[in-house]
Amino acid sequence: MDKPLLQIDNLTIEATAYPPGEAPRRITIVDGVSLTLEKGKVLGLIGESGAGKSTIGLSAMAYGRGGIELSGGKIHLNNREIRKARGRVLRSLRGAEVTYVAQSAAAAFNPAKRLMEQVTEAAVTHGRATKAEAEKRAVDLFRKLGLPEPENFGNRYPHQVSGGQLQRAMTAMALCPQPDLVIFDEPTTALDVTTQLGVLAAIKAAIRDQGVAALYITHDLAVVAQIADNIMVLRHGKTVEYGTAEQIITAPKEEYTQALVSVVAKDHEEKNTDLPPILEVKGLRANYRGMTRDVLSNINVAIQPGTTLAVVGESGSGKSTLARVITGLLPLSAGQMVFDGRQLTPDQKSRSRDDLRELQMIYQMADVAMNPRQTVGTIIGRPLQFYFGMKGKELRNRVVELLGEIELGEKFIDRYPAELSGGQKQRVCIARALAAKPKLIICDEVTSALDPLVAEGILKLLADLQEREQVSYMFITHDIATVRAIADTIAVMHLGKLVRYGKKSEVLAPPFDDYTDMLLKSVPELRMGWMEEVMGTAAE
Amino acid sequence: MNALVLKLLVQRISLGLVLIFFVSIMIFLGTQILPGDVAQAILGQSATPESLANLREELGLNIPAYQRYMSWLGGVLQGDLGTSLTNGRDIGQSIADRMGNTLFLAAWAAIISVPLAITLGLISVLYRGRWPDKLISAVTLSAISVPEFMMSYILMYYVAVQLGWAPSVAMLNDRMSMLDKLHAISLPIAVLVMVVLAHMMRMTRAALLNVMQSAYIETAELKGIRRSSVIWRHAFPNSIAPIVNVVMLNMAYLVVGVVVVEVVFVYPGMGQYLVDHVAKRDVPVVQACGLIFAAVYIFLNMFADIVSILANPRLRHPK
Repeated sequence: MDKPLLQIDNLTIEATAYPPGEAPRRITIVDGVSLTLEKGKVLGLIGESGAGKSTIGLSAMAYGRGGIELSGGKIHLNNREIRKARGRVLRSLRGAEVTYVAQSAAAAFNPAKRLMEQVTEAAVTHGRATKAEAEKRAVDLFRKLGLPEPENFGNRYPHQVSGGQLQRAMTAMALCPQPDLVIFDEPTTALDVTTQLGVLAAIKAAIRDQGVAALYITHDLAVVAQIADNIMVLRHGKTVEYGTAEQIITAPKEEYTQALVSVVAKDHEEKNTDLPPILEVKGLRANYRGMTRDVLSNINVAIQPGTTLAVVGESGSGKSTLARVITGLLPLSAGQMVFDGRQLTPDQKSRSRDDLRELQMIYQMADVAMNPRQTVGTIIGRPLQFYFGMKGKELRNRVVELLGEIELGEKFIDRYPAELSGGQKQRVCIARALAAKPKLIICDEVTSALDPLVAEGILKLLADLQEREQVSYMFITHDIATVRAIADTIAVMHLGKLVRYGKKSEVLAPPFDDYTDMLLKSVPELRMGWMEEVMGTAAE
Repeated sequence: MNALVLKLLVQRISLGLVLIFFVSIMIFLGTQILPGDVAQAILGQSATPESLANLREELGLNIPAYQRYMSWLGGVLQGDLGTSLTNGRDIGQSIADRMGNTLFLAAWAAIISVPLAITLGLISVLYRGRWPDKLISAVTLSAISVPEFMMSYILMYYVAVQLGWAPSVAMLNDRMSMLDKLHAISLPIAVLVMVVLAHMMRMTRAALLNVMQSAYIETAELKGIRRSSVIWRHAFPNSIAPIVNVVMLNMAYLVVGVVVVEVVFVYPGMGQYLVDHVAKRDVPVVQACGLIFAAVYIFLNMFADIVSILANPRLRHPK
């Protein structure tokens, strides 16, 4: 009897961990997962980081990253058991029957080779096309995927094209050998939201045209809703729920899936105060040394005490530069900043200790913002020593108090950052900022690297702290859902300019300017057929 | 060739020239602060205050140092390295022969060792952690751990004395054919290859393994390409810069640092020439040799940097 294109039965994937000073131990990464995929269908694998979704995706190519072992179960591809395949059999399968699209196309292309050579390499190596045929196919694919100058596109090197274009080129690379199955591993996660929409639509059209099947891996339910026929929800390496896309999105059965679906719909009630602003930025300009063009031009924003200003924009919009200017890391070239009634000096080095203390910052990458060789207690205690001269018992008591405020508790005081989860690390960073008793905290994409449910917890913590301590936030993000969940006022930035600024209720209400309109429309909504609607209106 | 690359190359080459100029000052100053002078060295035990003064006058040692430096530099720029104090011969002439011999030895050592080191590095990566990798590392590291003179005498004893396959003294003359010459210097070549092999091999291995961590190597593996092709076609082009740097350092060593091997095999190269004249306090010869060695070093490193610049696709093909 003919099996479906891909059939995975009871797959178990394990790795061996070597914790320092302890005996090696086996870790189960994927535990008894089964799935089937018919020709020409798309299966979405969804879950948080560590759910094992990429590992399952790569198992369809009989590939395990690092020391990962496909230790049990069956993987049938085109009626062939491939879990134990080795050497030539394995090579004949990879890049021919199954191909792979990685999350970061920028890293997945060889910087020393032209795109055309890389796009056609698999097809030519496996004898699925001559060099000339493969190149013709590649040009066709470039055209279908909406790449500029499809005839000449392949002559470029990876660094000569944009991130969105590289992601399309990677899709072309995967489709060029005309495989039966393509694994898409978070192909749009690293892209800006307006770019994501185009790439997603291009991928969907290409899959449909070529009639290939796809495993589409993502953590974003709204994205997978646009492209998948079936969805599997994974958690801790186990299947939580597996069904049609329609059923998972409209009628999820499991509690975890329901939480994933509902995480999108939070909205924060706008606070209004008439108090004088804690920070006012007037006519601010900034540029980097050696560049004549302004990175920021004529920025005017203000933040009221106890409220949150969300700064929204895509990469290159200047939103992080704004944070660098306010903190004095990048001195402004014109304009002024008034903080709590005082003028802030442009350069951080000439600021008073109180200015430094009352203006704190939290970063996107919590793990690189902490010294890996210091304990949590030392990390949180440092600002207490530095600004308040605390030591001994007093210091410890305050650290424990702060750990309580971030809902971690005293037992974390002697742990090292490596022993914490991503969400816990970010909490420690929040406690460190809080320790200085700041009036304003600048949060730079603090939830972007976190899974949705964890991010939700962090946002809730920040809101609670704001209520208790009356601290203000400048919240930098590219994610509109986060903005809705936390902002009182919003500043939309594009190419170094402020395109829209005001209270949340005003900024997010029509009539919109063109850019804000596009930005809002590009945010995937958690319903099927959303993409077709947006692309349909865009075409008109 | 675009403007950016051209600018970088011009910068790098000018830097090299400035560097040689500074080195020339250092060499001159260095030889000045040595205790004693040539006059003392030449006269030795028989020195009287009068004869010393006369000889110093004759050799121009009474002129202020900066004037002597200027006239020396002027001469060097015109190709005149001066005359030897001890035997009165033209230094340029003497060095030309010696330099030819040194380069001949270094070139053949490089021709054998560089491709060998890179091939062994590629093989190590291909069989990483398995016996070929371990064997290559063990053999090359043992070879570098044995002092050069020791290795030279061991080879001399077994290959030249016991087996009689190669001469123990590497004498060259003009009547020899190329094959005869190679036969004459086969033992010094063997020693030099063993000395430089490990460093270059290990660096090739390390540079490749570093690149093998990249995401684009995974991409290549997932295309079903053979591991050997992945290493050669995808990893190697991206590790050229560090490899070339180490190769050039070793080439420089082959020219500059082979004194021991030349002395052991009585090979008439630059190293021996320098050592002889250091012993005789023949300052102009020491200065000339120092300058030439420095120039070789600077030139080879400059060459490595130029290759690194040209190997970088971001510089070759700007946006």
